[in-house]
Amino acid sequence: MQLFSCPFCGPRDETEFLFAAEAGKTRPEPAADVSAERWSEYLYLGGNPRGATREIWQHLTCGEFFAMERDTVTHVVSVSHSLRGEEA
Amino acid sequence: MTARRVTDSGRPLAFSFDGRPYEGREGDTIASALLANGVRVVGRSFKYHRPRGIYGAWTEEPNAIVDVTFDGTTTPNLRATTELLKAGMDVRSVNAKPTADADRLGLLDRLSPFLPAGFYYKTFLWPDWHRFEPRIRAMAGLGRLDPSNEPPAENPMVNARCDVLVVGAGRSGLAASAEAAGAGKSVILVDDQFAPGGSMLYREVDGDARVEQAVADIARLGGRVLSRTTAYGIYDHNLVCCWERRGAQPDRQWRVRPGQIVLATGAIERPLIFADNDRPGVMSADAALFYLRRHGVLVGNRIVLAANNSRAIPIADTLREAGAHVTVADLRDGGTVDAVHGAKAVEAVTVSGKRLDADTLLMSGGYTPTVHLFCQAKGKLRYDEGIAAFVPGNPVEGVSVIGSAAGDFDDYAISPVWPKAGAKTRQWIDFQNDVTLKDVELAARENFRSVEHLKRYTTLGMATDQGKTSNMNGLAAMAAITGRTIEQTGTTTYRPPFTPVPFTVVAGRRRGELFNPVRRLALEAEHRAAGAVFREYGGWLRPAWYGKGDAADEVRREARQARDTVAIFDGSPLGKIEVFGPQAGEIVDYNSYNTISTLKPGRIRYGFMLTESGVIYDDGVTTKLADDHYVVSCSSGHVAGVVARLEEWRQDRFDPSQVFVHNLTPHWATLTACGPRAKRLVDALSLGVDLDDAALPHMGAGTGTFAGCPARIARVSFTGDRSYEVSVPAATAPALWAAMNEAGRVLDAVLMGSEALLMLRAEKGYIIAGKDTDGTTMPQDLGLSGPRDKRQGEYVGKRSLFTDNAQRQDRQQFVGLAVSDGGPALPTGAHALGSDGGQRRSAGFVTSSYDSPALGRPIALALVQRGLSRMDEEIELVHLGSVRRATITDPCAFDHDGSRLNA
Repeated sequence: MQLFSCPFCGPRDETEFLFAAEAGKTRPEPAADVSAERWSEYLYLGGNPRGATREIWQHLTCGEFFAMERDTVTHVVSVSHSLRGEEA
Repeated sequence: MTARRVTDSGRPLAFSFDGRPYEGREGDTIASALLANGVRVVGRSFKYHRPRGIYGAWTEEPNAIVDVTFDGTTTPNLRATTELLKAGMDVRSVNAKPTADADRLGLLDRLSPFLPAGFYYKTFLWPDWHRFEPRIRAMAGLGRLDPSNEPPAENPMVNARCDVLVVGAGRSGLAASAEAAGAGKSVILVDDQFAPGGSMLYREVDGDARVEQAVADIARLGGRVLSRTTAYGIYDHNLVCCWERRGAQPDRQWRVRPGQIVLATGAIERPLIFADNDRPGVMSADAALFYLRRHGVLVGNRIVLAANNSRAIPIADTLREAGAHVTVADLRDGGTVDAVHGAKAVEAVTVSGKRLDADTLLMSGGYTPTVHLFCQAKGKLRYDEGIAAFVPGNPVEGVSVIGSAAGDFDDYAISPVWPKAGAKTRQWIDFQNDVTLKDVELAARENFRSVEHLKRYTTLGMATDQGKTSNMNGLAAMAAITGRTIEQTGTTTYRPPFTPVPFTVVAGRRRGELFNPVRRLALEAEHRAAGAVFREYGGWLRPAWYGKGDAADEVRREARQARDTVAIFDGSPLGKIEVFGPQAGEIVDYNSYNTISTLKPGRIRYGFMLTESGVIYDDGVTTKLADDHYVVSCSSGHVAGVVARLEEWRQDRFDPSQVFVHNLTPHWATLTACGPRAKRLVDALSLGVDLDDAALPHMGAGTGTFAGCPARIARVSFTGDRSYEVSVPAATAPALWAAMNEAGRVLDAVLMGSEALLMLRAEKGYIIAGKDTDGTTMPQDLGLSGPRDKRQGEYVGKRSLFTDNAQRQDRQQFVGLAVSDGGPALPTGAHALGSDGGQRRSAGFVTSSYDSPALGRPIALALVQRGLSRMDEEIELVHLGSVRRATITDPCAFDHDGSRLNA
């Protein structure tokens, strides 16, 4: 059971959190201008890096989305911070 | 009599083993009681059914596995060494028929040359393994499960935090706990044995008194000491799970998040490897000392002690003082154990070429630090030549290992005696899984040389003891055979649990009703009083129908009467997600396939919500109460999901200060009146809302009051009849229920459950998202392509509606089916028959099917390839071998022009 840190509520069990997206992923718009390849990449492809990654998670208990940096190999969570007032 | 009790205290406890009565003492384990009674054969080995006796004294025990019946409950596969004896226990050996002493399958041992490691991979291949499998499976396995034994779900789980968690209350663990507590840290000390103290209790003079003092000191400093509590696993981010046994109370699970973990888990004595080293009466020397000092049981009269280390040899003197005749075979001086004589008990031992009469052979091949938890925490090991064992290598953050678990023994000298290649005799390495030195050689010969391959090919270390006594010898044997060092050979991976933990403890209270708790209606008691039969729908426990009659009859009665008079239906689980703020219109539009914000306040619109893949996620209605206030009423089972998606976009796409999403579903109860007399029923409630159709038309909403509380009224129909959904605060629901029932009396109203509603909506061709649609269905597959073709701006899933796949001509489309073969209702799930180059294949399937009371004929809804352009075409459907015929129709089979909505 990993321990993630909500910037508002502090460290909690990972079961309280929901993965949202890898940070920096944006929705391509408007639909009419988006190629099938670009849309498919948005829908189905992630970087899924080995090692350091920056991701957007939601703390289901308080509902807030936030950014979290962690290592997919060592499971070390280095930092998490609020997204209020900034681009993800 | 070989073994005996030399100090006799404690109350006598009667118990039985394999049907024979025995007497133990209060404080005994099952193992110590069996030893004191001179019982030598306590079980049979897993594969060869060799007679086996007690080897060890605690969790390392490989042989003494028993089924215990106590208080009417049988618990299988318990270790006799770790179970406290209770009066009246019925103890049975496992893997033996009828008893361990006289096991019919004992002759299997003579077939052992034909049953080497992996024999089942090589034999039983012709003609087919499956012909042999049932009989082999019947022979395999250990204890017997009692299928009638379903323990209650009453095991609590405790979450705890502390600065320091110490595992193991031996000398090192007690000292570390006292030191940490003395430094002002919060300390939890867990120990799996009956009392704290570890080897101090039987290896040190006045150990008991010093342990008692140490425990008192720790408690005085604020530390917490938990006995009978096994730390069985270290998981991510150093979560430690512990299993606490509490005697008469149910076992408890502790999930501890310590700042620092201190492992003081001690060491386990390993066997020596020689011919027939598995005979009953061949025991761990350390265990013999334990039984003498802790239970007053001397394990033998004529004892041979064979050892290769300084920690075991002095045990001989202690046993002599207790009255045994002890001969020491000191392997450090080149002594050897050549043979063990006797099958069901040791009769004699040949040591260094000399035969000695003996009833017991104690052995010590050295001590292996208990590093399981350290390795679970991703610690790596290092081989220490000085103590001939693996010890913790790299440091792990937050974990320290101390005492003998770290290989730190006092005055310890060992001359390792490892297994050698070229065995002529059968020398056991893994007792429980019957793995001999020859098996390890076979694995090496067949190139299963990595320890992980060795483990899987021979099953070495895979038994319920997880190789606590065998792993070290096994890998040393592989090292010797392959000419590698022990360090090069390495160890297998240590995984939780350290020792078997009951599933009841892991599951805790998350079983039965609490496994996936249903949501309950505010009016559940009222429904029960009215005779409701409850079923689960989308996570809610709801009335399926009312009445004690045949289910199908009751459902048809409700459905028929709902069309004739008026039905009262509890629709409380329907989503009531409030969206407020200046951007409320934008977010509900983005959420929906259909534009919502163009509604006038007080009006309602039906629409779909799509996933980004363009698939219909849910359908429902959205009410616009004001420009900055909407209520999204999605289907009952999708409320949590719709709230989640709205909240995600609110924070990701919109300005969170300009829009707010609040789920009020459980706060409001909704009772629906539907049917030709619905208006008269609602009128009688005097809600203060103008019910005139000009003021409140179909798809209109209003707000009134009921019993002094706000009441929302919405004209939305899921049956095709005139309908009013009346919502009041949940606390007011009983009053509304009473008022509607009272008003309904003169109108011949009927209480309607979910089953009748599902039937009525199917007559109208209204979908249930996820039942009449699947993970591929897009709006245009229901013939609703208006927004797709015309709507400007972004909404969820938009781009996906224009992919090549979305525009395929052969998509499965939503249609109705009319049975054309004169038969009964079609089976739900029946496949529409299509063809592909002459091959029969599915061209869709029936999603809903009912015998319609209103129409007097069967109706069905289906997804059929190109269905929308195949109206009136007759198709074949197959289900479990039978073929049916039906005609493709419009999904709406009842009141096609919708006149009943305003009737």
